[in-house]
Amino acid sequence: MLRIAIDKIDSLFDAIAEKQTLYIPVDREDGAAEYKKYESGMKMSNSLNTLRSAKDFFFPQTENLVEFKMEGKQIEVKDIREESEDFVIFGVRACDARSFSILDKVYLVDPVDSFYKNRRDHGVVVSMACTRPAETCFCSAFGIDPTAPEGDVSCWNDGSYIYFEANTEKGKAFVDSISSLLEDGDASSLENVKAETKRILSLLPLSNLSTDSFGGDKLNEYFNSEKWAELSESCIGCGTCTFVCPTCQCYDIKDFNTGNGIKRFRCWDSCMYSDFTKMAHGNPRISQLERFRQRFMHKLVYFPANNNGEFGCVGCGRCLSKCPISMNIVKVMKALEVK
Amino acid sequence: MQEAMINKAKQLLADGTVNRVIGWKKGEFVYDITPAIFETAEELDADFVYNEFTAANVSKYLVKESKKEGKILAFLKPCDTYSLNQLTKEHRVNRDNIYVVGIPGGPKLDAEKIKAKGITGITGIKNENYTLKIETVYGEQTMPFYEAISDKCASCKSKKHVTYDELIGEDGDVLESNRFDMVEKLENMTAQERYDFWRAELSKCIRCNACRNVCPACTCEKCVFDNPESGVENKAASNSFEENMFHIIRAFHVAGRCTDCGECSRVCPQNIPLHLLNRKFIKDINSLYGEYQAGEDTTTKAPLNAYTTDDCEASIVHERGVE
Repeated sequence: MLRIAIDKIDSLFDAIAEKQTLYIPVDREDGAAEYKKYESGMKMSNSLNTLRSAKDFFFPQTENLVEFKMEGKQIEVKDIREESEDFVIFGVRACDARSFSILDKVYLVDPVDSFYKNRRDHGVVVSMACTRPAETCFCSAFGIDPTAPEGDVSCWNDGSYIYFEANTEKGKAFVDSISSLLEDGDASSLENVKAETKRILSLLPLSNLSTDSFGGDKLNEYFNSEKWAELSESCIGCGTCTFVCPTCQCYDIKDFNTGNGIKRFRCWDSCMYSDFTKMAHGNPRISQLERFRQRFMHKLVYFPANNNGEFGCVGCGRCLSKCPISMNIVKVMKALEVK
Repeated sequence: MQEAMINKAKQLLADGTVNRVIGWKKGEFVYDITPAIFETAEELDADFVYNEFTAANVSKYLVKESKKEGKILAFLKPCDTYSLNQLTKEHRVNRDNIYVVGIPGGPKLDAEKIKAKGITGITGIKNENYTLKIETVYGEQTMPFYEAISDKCASCKSKKHVTYDELIGEDGDVLESNRFDMVEKLENMTAQERYDFWRAELSKCIRCNACRNVCPACTCEKCVFDNPESGVENKAASNSFEENMFHIIRAFHVAGRCTDCGECSRVCPQNIPLHLLNRKFIKDINSLYGEYQAGEDTTTKAPLNAYTTDDCEASIVHERGVE
């Protein structure tokens, strides 16, 4: 298997960054990790995951869509789309890597979202297998194997080397482009690494979490559940869970009046917000209970109903760590579950 | 303490003093505790928890809860009682519908500080003589208790309950705290350094509104930032300048009303030290108008709401702004 010694990873990053924009996870001063545009000398974080998810690369928090310029009675419509630059995201974990295929099911089906597709076409996802899963991890519940991450290229780290395996045409082209820095080597040590990770996974507190009771056919069981009142009782209606989530995909479109025209942009929306999906007639979900329910029903029932049973959650655990009042999808699943 | 609280709650439910209890409910792990309402002794026995991770201030929930039928028992830490007093002063809660049992406060721990040490796979945490013994799936880890203390407790201003119907344990005193140290450090920076500090911090903002929504001083029925009619409503920044303005405007709005409960910084997913903005206002109010602690009582007029002939002139802002 193709590999590079870990102490030479900087030279690999330098070589990639010479040809295209490279993003790697780096540690911040406060201990959290975040993706940064690579500059020579930056050290890759050993953190399990970044504070914000990797969805930002394809679905940024805010982006301009179109501009209108008004002069007298003339309105000029300006298409401001530009071809994205080529870029590489290195070190994406298995949960985030799966999130892209979930976002694809929303944004690459007809009508294709050209803004999303543009970035998707130009981005190479290099994933990294997990070796130190956290107590908040539950990707296994959604059929994700963190020792075999998806992505254009999958990587494994055995403590001495990083191993590469291309999964797509784009991935092959990427591996070819760096092949002069890689060597062919024995990868048998990875079996032990994967086995140890799997042993740890089985010890995690959420290892028994099951999705068996959820799915597209469970609308009636859960929509009117009496549990929602108690579960949503202490929700403060902020957008933290939705904004750190790798699969939350809702956005709002807004117009910014520049004085002599309009900049139309979209930005992440949150079903937890009071004006979510507000229309001319008003808001279809007037209570926090309804808005709270929307988020979990979407991930556990509506999304699988429309996508051949695939759930809209990847078990990354960010909402478990970040919710101000520690309410989250795991607690919701355990409380709702009707066997 | 937890047992004494559960017993007290059961007693007050049984004798009809209250019909429900607001406290904290245990989670999946040792640290993921959710504020919750309990209505029966069985619920209390099953899920009520009070430990080093029950940092959440439940006062704000009383805005809604105190308007419901019957009295609610609220267990309040010293810092939480300042929030309740301020809410009472602003007529945001119906104090008559709340039965406050004062409980000893922190120091509370912040799980993020433990995780920031690289400790992961946490299955249990015990405090043994101020050393945390942390059980993990990777084996036992230890760290000093003091390094895991939440920021809001590290600069605790008071162990005194400023409002209560009864207490469990003895009341404490107002403390000499170090809470203005960092503000002074920022004041001593050059304007450019200070600007760079805040730009770096506030540019992390993801506009999740957790700081605003958790804040006991932010109880507007409709925030201007959520109101499409206001002209400043925004879900995301169209540029980084807007994030600065959101937080600065919010700090202005709670000036003189913020009790320094520290919830804004506790909940920020990006670890922005938002409380420092509020503390700057508190420090300025203290120095320009005389010592004032919001929430200390329910009657005193706040300096920014009262006029006296001794008030500093508006020009002070200009004078101080000159470097």
